[in-house]
Amino acid sequence: MHEMALCEGVVGLVEDEARKQSFTRVKSIVLEIGVLGHVEPEAMLFCFDAVSRGTIAEGAHLVIERTPGAGWCLDCGKTVPLTERFGACPDCGQHHVQMTSGDELRVRELEVE
Amino acid sequence: MCTVCGCGTETIEEHHHDHDHDHPHHHEELAPIEGLIDAGGGIAGVHVPGLSQDRIVRIERDILSKNNAYAAENRHRFARTGTFVLNLVSSPGSGKTTLLCRTIEALKTRMPIAVIEGDQQTSNDAERIRATGVAAVQVNTGKGCHLDAHMVGHALDSLPLERGGVLFIENVGNLVCPAAFDLGEAHKVVVLSVTEGEDKPAKYPDMFAAADLMLLTKSDLLPHLDFDVGACMAAALRVNPRLQILTLSAKTGENLEAFLAWIEARATRRVRA
Repeated sequence: MHEMALCEGVVGLVEDEARKQSFTRVKSIVLEIGVLGHVEPEAMLFCFDAVSRGTIAEGAHLVIERTPGAGWCLDCGKTVPLTERFGACPDCGQHHVQMTSGDELRVRELEVE
Repeated sequence: MCTVCGCGTETIEEHHHDHDHDHPHHHEELAPIEGLIDAGGGIAGVHVPGLSQDRIVRIERDILSKNNAYAAENRHRFARTGTFVLNLVSSPGSGKTTLLCRTIEALKTRMPIAVIEGDQQTSNDAERIRATGVAAVQVNTGKGCHLDAHMVGHALDSLPLERGGVLFIENVGNLVCPAAFDLGEAHKVVVLSVTEGEDKPAKYPDMFAAADLMLLTKSDLLPHLDFDVGACMAAALRVNPRLQILTLSAKTGENLEAFLAWIEARATRRVRA
């Protein structure tokens, strides 16, 4: 249901953009969703069809690109890959890691006509 | 859903959704820079092999940006009235409303209080709050699983805020979705009862990461349970090292004074600032 609200957000952004850039049909929408975020891509795909019906985004192909997780380890003083949001540093095993990427949630581009 | 401003299907008690409000929308225009040749700078703003250049529109906007804009509006509104706002989040049944009623009873003679209640259906909680003598507005989210900043903005239209008061927003009972939606509050307060699992902060980390204060409630039941308070705190602090934690009971009043002091200190500082 959370994804439902986010899909409404996606459709809202597309409609804003359609007003600004005067297009009438959207062929595809590219979303960037971080792997550490709280959004389930499958659920986004599931909700999108229902939410976009009757809007300018109806029938658009939803492309979801995943951004890998990374964080700054305070102990190692470097950027390390993260596989879970509050996970330990893979090098030193400590939990002093500040997430720097992986919770992105954005509409990156639209293919329109 | 309203396609102009994105109002959802929520209903707000005693509020007519006739759209006489206006939401300022700011659009940044992309200005071309002289002397710059940018392969991605065409009409579309990006070059993608295999796709025709004039058909790609790059927007790069956070999906939550609309909610965040409404949250910023709410925050301005709270700043004007010097209102200290807490967003109470938890799973259903943690005792948020009972805690809130006890808190209001203790604080209402010291400062103005208002409440926004979020639930999928019924006005039961708002009625419980009104029984304490303070103003409350119920927002029914219908199918929605969280309050968003736009719903809160509408609720504020029918809820007069007195200067220097406290506004409690009791979110929909849900330990997942409300974490992502800023309502314009000063702090999220996550309520966890000791009848739930002590590993909840590890299972639902987003909410505990988003909160500034955790209230471990129903502490009067601890003698009857195997709940490990230390393990629970450790799990919460792993997710959020800055989290403050209070263990209390709304039923016996144990430690309630500490929560009241936490609120009063911050609310007072806000009015002075």
